[in-house]
Amino acid sequence: MNRTWTPYNKISVTLGLAFLYLPIILLIVYSFNASKLVTVWGGFSTKWYAAAFANQALMDAAWVTVRVALISATIATVFGTLAAIALVRYTKFRGRMLFSGMIYAPLVMPEVITGLSLLLLFVAAGIDRGFWTIVIAHITFTMCFVAVVVQSRLITFDTSLEEAAQDLGCTPLNTFFTITLPIIAPSIFAGWILAFTLSLDDLVIAQFNSGPGATTLPMKIFSQVRLGVTPEINAICSVLVALVTVGLIISSLSLKRNEVKRAREAEDMRA
Amino acid sequence: MSGDAANKTNDGILRRNLIGKAAIWLPYLWLTMFFLAPFAIVFKISFSEIVVAMPPYTPTFDFGDGIAQLWQNFRKFSFENYIFLTEDSLYWKAYLSSLKIAVISTILTLLIGYPLAYGIAKSPRNIRFILLMLVVLPFWTSFLIRVYAWIGILKKEGLFNQLLLSIGAIDTPLTLLNTNFAVYIGIVYSYLPFMVLPLYAALEKQDETLLEAAEDLGCTRLKAFWTITFPLSYPGIIAGCFLVFIPAVGEFVIPYLLGGADTLMIGKLLWTEFFANRDWPVSSAVAVILLLILVLPIMYFQQSQARAQEASK
Repeated sequence: MNRTWTPYNKISVTLGLAFLYLPIILLIVYSFNASKLVTVWGGFSTKWYAAAFANQALMDAAWVTVRVALISATIATVFGTLAAIALVRYTKFRGRMLFSGMIYAPLVMPEVITGLSLLLLFVAAGIDRGFWTIVIAHITFTMCFVAVVVQSRLITFDTSLEEAAQDLGCTPLNTFFTITLPIIAPSIFAGWILAFTLSLDDLVIAQFNSGPGATTLPMKIFSQVRLGVTPEINAICSVLVALVTVGLIISSLSLKRNEVKRAREAEDMRA
Repeated sequence: MSGDAANKTNDGILRRNLIGKAAIWLPYLWLTMFFLAPFAIVFKISFSEIVVAMPPYTPTFDFGDGIAQLWQNFRKFSFENYIFLTEDSLYWKAYLSSLKIAVISTILTLLIGYPLAYGIAKSPRNIRFILLMLVVLPFWTSFLIRVYAWIGILKKEGLFNQLLLSIGAIDTPLTLLNTNFAVYIGIVYSYLPFMVLPLYAALEKQDETLLEAAEDLGCTRLKAFWTITFPLSYPGIIAGCFLVFIPAVGEFVIPYLLGGADTLMIGKLLWTEFFANRDWPVSSAVAVILLLILVLPIMYFQQSQARAQEASK
């Protein structure tokens, strides 16, 4: 679908993107505001960043959040990738309907329900809430996002490559690790990044499933936001936005480069 | 694709090895344990009574008790929480108001998302990837932060009012924050990427020659859009609307931060019952009813996802 990019199209894209970006840009701009009043410009200053980084409680929460996200994203990526393989490669097995249902439902399930139900499970099982219950909760909902990302790559996977490897004497397990895995690796990586950021971001599920000593950054930000907007929160939010943006740009550029390389190789083979 | 035969051989080979088995059983077990089983517990607790203890409810029945005991306890089954929910008009008003807010915001998201997705699908190939990435990027940055950013804009002394005052559009600042209007903005803003992506996917793969044929046969551009492009994008519209509507019904953060005291939403109510009133049985009952309301849309969404997956094979 590429014929004419009309002025109407250009305007709607520009307005749409402006709507998406203005609030974030304003937030970042005002994090450099010297004035304590969030909406009155009082000159450029980085003092709120210094204040945010000196705030021990905030830094502790950030560290908990990063650890939760690293662990849960990694495990969720393993489970999600396996689930994607099951969904794409096994068209028939007992309970497949339930299986795919359990993969798609968490994508849209309201967080209050997921959070509450998991909490009640932990209480019923007599498990103390804290760091690890947040990790389990995050694995559960982020693995489904990983599954969807990897699945979309697996659907277009050329299975003749695996067959060729096996014809040449490769064992199935070997084929998986030397052929299948490297080819779908970029989508697995993209899935990991998605799981990581979802975990970093989550407030509701973490709030339900955390216990004493396990306060994540979103929980901390949330409890402060209720008391009002402060430049310090603006600063810490801007740092988060910057980190995620840089990470994403790097990962999507590497995905894109990989895609281009693959397309070029395919062309070479045809030539 | 190489067809079913290829899939089948792979099936056979993979199934016998470790990965084939693990692919099904590990995620299956995990999700059954931590996604499905918790719903059973929510259901169970929604029938129990509140006590001042930890956990703050009396268990109604225990699966370890044997059949006779189970039946005994079953007769003690308390529908009290549900009766309470129907008697207190606050709850059904909250359900209705959640549905209303979700429907209106879904429509608004579609109205804003469609031209955006359409514009991107029409854009030159070399910048399409960048535009798409620009739409997805905010989705990756914190949800909480994006909602929070609107507080500074919509406040009475906020940037939007300052702008309107400075251009002389208004004399006194408008009350925007803590209204339903702010909740709509918050939902549309947060969920816009969910709408744009499926729409873009549906629009991008459309066959351009259909439009050419229509124009050759004397169709105007606008008419060609409404008779060809728009109907062909239905799958995208449906997927996008569900992705916005279902989570929006149970939304908590947006009504809590942007909505007012009179913004009734069920997610907010559940949160208050749980964290402020510590009434676990009632909040479980609230969750069960919310789930019942959403079960049909969720199942429909799953079916359409599964169909889309089959189709792209």
